[in-house]
Amino acid sequence: MTAAARDRAVPFALGLGALLVFVLAAEVLIRAGAINRFIVPMPSQIAASFGRVILEEDIAGRFRLTFLEAFTAGVMITVVGVLIGLLLYRVALLRAATETWVAALASAPTVLMYPLFLVIFGRSAWTIIMMGFVAGLPPVILKTIEGLSGTRRVLIDVGRSFKLSPMQLFLKILFPAALPTIFVGVRLGLIFTLINVVGVEFLINFGGLGQLINDLAERYDLPGTYAAISFVILVSVVFFIITEWIERWLRPAS
Amino acid sequence: MATAATSQARAQDASAIGPADAILAVDNVSKRFDTPEGPLVAVDRMSFTVSPGEFLAVIGPSGCGKSTLFNIIGGLLDGYDGRITVAGETVSGPHAAIGMIFQEESTFPWRTVIENVAFPLEIAGMPKAERLDKAQRFVKLVGLDGFERRYPAELSGGMRQRVSMARTLASEPKILLMDEPFAALDEQTRLLLGDKVLQIQQQLKQTTLLITHNITEAVQLADRILVMTYRPGKLKRIVEIKLPRPRTSEIVSSEAFGRYVAQIWSDLREEASRGLQDDETLRRAGDHKS
Repeated sequence: MTAAARDRAVPFALGLGALLVFVLAAEVLIRAGAINRFIVPMPSQIAASFGRVILEEDIAGRFRLTFLEAFTAGVMITVVGVLIGLLLYRVALLRAATETWVAALASAPTVLMYPLFLVIFGRSAWTIIMMGFVAGLPPVILKTIEGLSGTRRVLIDVGRSFKLSPMQLFLKILFPAALPTIFVGVRLGLIFTLINVVGVEFLINFGGLGQLINDLAERYDLPGTYAAISFVILVSVVFFIITEWIERWLRPAS
Repeated sequence: MATAATSQARAQDASAIGPADAILAVDNVSKRFDTPEGPLVAVDRMSFTVSPGEFLAVIGPSGCGKSTLFNIIGGLLDGYDGRITVAGETVSGPHAAIGMIFQEESTFPWRTVIENVAFPLEIAGMPKAERLDKAQRFVKLVGLDGFERRYPAELSGGMRQRVSMARTLASEPKILLMDEPFAALDEQTRLLLGDKVLQIQQQLKQTTLLITHNITEAVQLADRILVMTYRPGKLKRIVEIKLPRPRTSEIVSSEAFGRYVAQIWSDLREEASRGLQDDETLRRAGDHKS
């Protein structure tokens, strides 16, 4: 095994090992009665319920719906967030006037506005997408501004010395320089988006994994509920793999 | 190999060339900044010319306006009095004939060495195969062949400065403008990179203007050294360096080299002392305020 492969494998094995130890400890504590098994099911029960949930609850269709809602909202927060971030970076007055509001929006519990979105978009996937969009947008805007503002002056001067047009300066220097910071914003935004997508699916009982969690919880099928939550985590993992892949493709040196 | 006599003659010729033959003319340039403490004259009525193929070093103490002058000539700073001309053409803003190498590390970390060097050619719209081929020549020129696919993070500080140099040279500027390009490097690397600069300058007959506060660097590289005063930055003296060419860093151990260093230091010492006193006065004033 090469040194580079070992550098990657050791942290992965350590993380997986820690997870297994946690699961094992939970199993032992629940079996021993230290944790109430009517509140938290045993990990072995959750594992055993996966097959049932997959076969009986149309998990593939629900996974696809939640993924598509989160993906659509994710694309929207990326495109709109970067554009708004760029606008606020370029127009200092607009930035001074709105940056605090954007930061306030980032910490606001927008999920509570779901009745308003239901009125506007109806009981449809668009309500869920738009709720995810509103929740995930502020970090992308803020991190885009931070990334563009943090571009080292000398790199901009290099561009100016080569007589770059404003568009070339953005595409060839500002954007690639800001990309790592923008991706931090996109990842944060995706977390907020996914939480809100699943949360609103749960609240309005409309399709997807959120609705399944609601259904299973109401049926008091705790192992099934936790199994459904595991699938939400899987959606999140898939998103992070995709963003990492896109970042490496856009900026191989990262 | 040029003899000492021919080199001396070349240096004398260079100094004798007037504005009509100059590739770069700085004509009565002044720049003032408005600061909270009042107006600050950074550059005061500077005039000089640079001949084709000449290596001119501008030296002065920290804070004398060298970098302001660099930015004015490079077209990155406007709002100044006077005139800059390149081959008789008045410059306003960045000019294609002037290539700039900056003091700070300025490679693009997201591009490989070859992509960094090919950058100006990409901007010029050159087809990919052609620009990579041309960039390869400049990578070789600065001695980085074998590192084309590496990213700047995988290189040393000196190698990264050579990438910046190759990138600027790839745009084939008539005038190479360098602002203390080796300031962040250790002395040994600085001397060796000086050799590389000399070799490239002689190979390409590249007109070069070096801004520096390092006396040995200026004497090692330049045909003429323009000494600036401390605030306001004015022209104090022009010293012709009549050391033989081609030069290498070995010249620093020669007696003549030592004499030039001593001569320039005697010019600079008073200015550097003023700068130091000024700095201490400002710090004391700051302490009183706080």
